[in-house]
Amino acid sequence: MTPALDVRGLRVRYGTVTALEDASFTLEPGRVCGLVGMNGSGKSTLFKSVLGLVRPDGGTVRILGDSPAAARRHRAVGYVPQSEEVDWTFPVSVRDVVMTGRYGRLGPTRRPRRDDHAAVADAVERVGLADLADRQIGNLSGGQRKRAFVARALAQAPQVLLLDEPFAGVDRRTEEALTVLLRAFAADGGTVLVSSHDLARLPELADESVLLRRTVLLHGPTTDVVRPENLARAFGLDVGEDR
Amino acid sequence: MTLWDLLVDPFAYGFMERALVASLAAAVVCAVLSCWLVLVGWSLMGDAVSHSVLPGVVLAYVVGLPFAVGAAAFGFLAVALIGAVREGRRVKEDAAIGIVFTTLFALGLVLISVTPSQTDLNHIVFGNVLGVDAGELWQIIGIAAVVLVVLLLKRRDLTLVAFDPTHAFAIGLSPARLRWLLLALLALTTVVALQTVGVVLVVAMLITPGATARLLTDRFDRMLLVAPAASALCALVGLYGAYYLDTAPGAMIVLAQGCLFALVFLLAPRHGVLARTRRRSR
Repeated sequence: MTPALDVRGLRVRYGTVTALEDASFTLEPGRVCGLVGMNGSGKSTLFKSVLGLVRPDGGTVRILGDSPAAARRHRAVGYVPQSEEVDWTFPVSVRDVVMTGRYGRLGPTRRPRRDDHAAVADAVERVGLADLADRQIGNLSGGQRKRAFVARALAQAPQVLLLDEPFAGVDRRTEEALTVLLRAFAADGGTVLVSSHDLARLPELADESVLLRRTVLLHGPTTDVVRPENLARAFGLDVGEDR
Repeated sequence: MTLWDLLVDPFAYGFMERALVASLAAAVVCAVLSCWLVLVGWSLMGDAVSHSVLPGVVLAYVVGLPFAVGAAAFGFLAVALIGAVREGRRVKEDAAIGIVFTTLFALGLVLISVTPSQTDLNHIVFGNVLGVDAGELWQIIGIAAVVLVVLLLKRRDLTLVAFDPTHAFAIGLSPARLRWLLLALLALTTVVALQTVGVVLVVAMLITPGATARLLTDRFDRMLLVAPAASALCALVGLYGAYYLDTAPGAMIVLAQGCLFALVFLLAPRHGVLARTRRRSR
């Protein structure tokens, strides 16, 4: 079977700073994979490499066997950005934002058809925002904002979904709801790569996890990855180890 | 004399009629474009491009090409130069913009001073809407129509790129190409507007209506209606003002837009200063 995501010997440098060095891992379809590491460990760079936003200085990224550019053309990759990356005062409603998930399928003027409206209504319903669909996105709580962007990803229906810190600044209910949605997405054959700082709840969400510190330190079942002795390697802490 | 006479009288003159049509066309197309410019944060870029087209327009006049061709060429040149200067990273973007557009604008002024011509090329700098002839009027209407059609056809893509370029990129759109499209439309729009208000004040037409609409609504689709309506109203008020007070029409139009913005800034129902202070004191 073609892996959903295949990262081989990935190296990314920004000027003299090395963001990723010889990073390799493979994800099979239908899995939820956590991405764990400190700020600056290369998580965002990894996401950008999969999207094709940064060009690697070495190594390859394959999405279902395709290059990032081909995967974008097939709308195979969805991306849920960090909250800080979004202009929340922008004059668009929840429904408008979710509809942009469909744009890749639409004609040159992006005029939505009936099934697009249906897909958007369905996605908005699934994340529990049906009552708020016409609100301007800034008039939502932190958790609702995140749901709106997950709804956009659902409306897009990609094969591989990337989420950058979806649980930061989000209420417990939203975290639980998103966990259920992402598990369902994977059960339908989708693949999820999600970075998170909520390590206590990561095992509920992710079957497997990648521990990142400029390179892949460890890739295995989430329960193994979040063991203190492993996290210590990624976060540079001494956790009950003899020196 | 009735109010009706006051409103109709000015347009008994052919030149006033043409001025009205030219001003309305410029006001509407600038206002629609301004909705994206204020959201992308391109106000300074609008200022730069609108000033930088001056040498292009003068050269086009010299070799007998349509103004639009020269304007577009120098609009793009300005953007390319700004990008090149910024690339070195020691010079920040605002400095790069400032250097490039003032240099090109100065070049335009020098070219005007050495170009012998029947029409006063200084009109390009300050606008001369009362002197628009039939040929120029058709050019204005033609360019305005093309720009409006392209903007309306690509409005959803342009809005997405303004809002979330990363998502746009991820689903296979090209944010870079769409930004170039917006720049090309900006250069063309400048040609329309410089006949009315002149190179110096074009930027007001390209920013103020969008900013005014932004204060009045939280829906982008409504901005696209509110901005041109407000801008057209200001063009009308400005022209009447110029006629009865015997003042410069281009400057009057821009002044009207500034006054309307100030009014909205204070009194807008949700985002105005008064509404905000009332909410806070509650």
